[in-house]
Amino acid sequence: MYIIVVGGGKVGFHLAKALVAEGHEILVLERDSKKCEAIADELGSVVVHGDGCEAATLADAGAARADVMVAVTGDDEDNLVVCQVAKLKFNVPRTIARINNPKNELIFRKLGIGETVSSTQVIMERIQSELPSHPLLHLLDLRQYGLELVDIKLTRGSASVGKRLRDLKLPASSVVPLIISKRQGVLVPNGDTVLEDEDEVVAVTRTETEDALRAQFTGS
Amino acid sequence: MRVMIMGCGRVGAALATMLDRESHEVVILDLDAGQFRRLPSDFHGASVVGNGIDQDVLKRAGIERVDAFAAVTQGDNRNFMAAQIARHIFNVPKVVCRIYDPIREELYHSMGLETISPTTVISRLLKDALER
Repeated sequence: MYIIVVGGGKVGFHLAKALVAEGHEILVLERDSKKCEAIADELGSVVVHGDGCEAATLADAGAARADVMVAVTGDDEDNLVVCQVAKLKFNVPRTIARINNPKNELIFRKLGIGETVSSTQVIMERIQSELPSHPLLHLLDLRQYGLELVDIKLTRGSASVGKRLRDLKLPASSVVPLIISKRQGVLVPNGDTVLEDEDEVVAVTRTETEDALRAQFTGS
Repeated sequence: MRVMIMGCGRVGAALATMLDRESHEVVILDLDAGQFRRLPSDFHGASVVGNGIDQDVLKRAGIERVDAFAAVTQGDNRNFMAAQIARHIFNVPKVVCRIYDPIREELYHSMGLETISPTTVISRLLKDALER
């Protein structure tokens, strides 16, 4: 595959390195000539000095035959423009944008760039999942379908401990497909399953009812 | 008319002042509060510190109620992104953005936004003046 990477910072450099190792044809576009030199020293002639937001630069880089355009600069506005230009001017089949401000994910999607990676969000989620005090953890973002897959850790004080699943008032369109119980192991619950201290409850719910679901399980 | 201006540099401030004098309702945004010093002391409009490509900031500044939006920061891509947010997310009826780079201006224009390139406009004016 021919992949153009716009932005030769840490993310762009390591991405290019990994893709080259996988045998792809890679071109990195970077505005800063010092960064270009550093990349060329390490990876050879896979880097071009230029502004990936400019259509002329992209044309020279062969954007018209690129299979994938990846925009990983530190500025969301630049990443948006790169992907829009690639898509609209050069008909690049796949564009992937890095998002620095997690709030921009929705904006990108509305402006036609659906494939995004929010490094800030990924790091935040990773850290949150390491914090034992955080009772509700996003496992996977199903937001484009209006759904959330969440993981709820019960503690002794949680409102649902000792209750049967059927006795909880779960919001509509919420399901609990899995419980990881300290005592009983992994189980697929039914209405009679009694919730226990230290249970890990995996649930799917609608984005807007996430808080109500949390309240039913943890009572907070 | 209610107008929101993003960027309080020389152009943003002058535009805000002009519109304010004509009794339009003006909200001006800038990342740096110090930039508002460019506004005259009798400016009636609102000045909001914040990033114009942040939906929440735009909402707080009242973008949902404005009739027009002008993006005049130093960054072409920032202006273009803000203009698209104003146009496609908040459905502002009139959106204009400044784009310095003529090549990019042409491209953005073809993507359906109203753009003005000072580089093109001013070089044309200078040429005319020289030939007069």
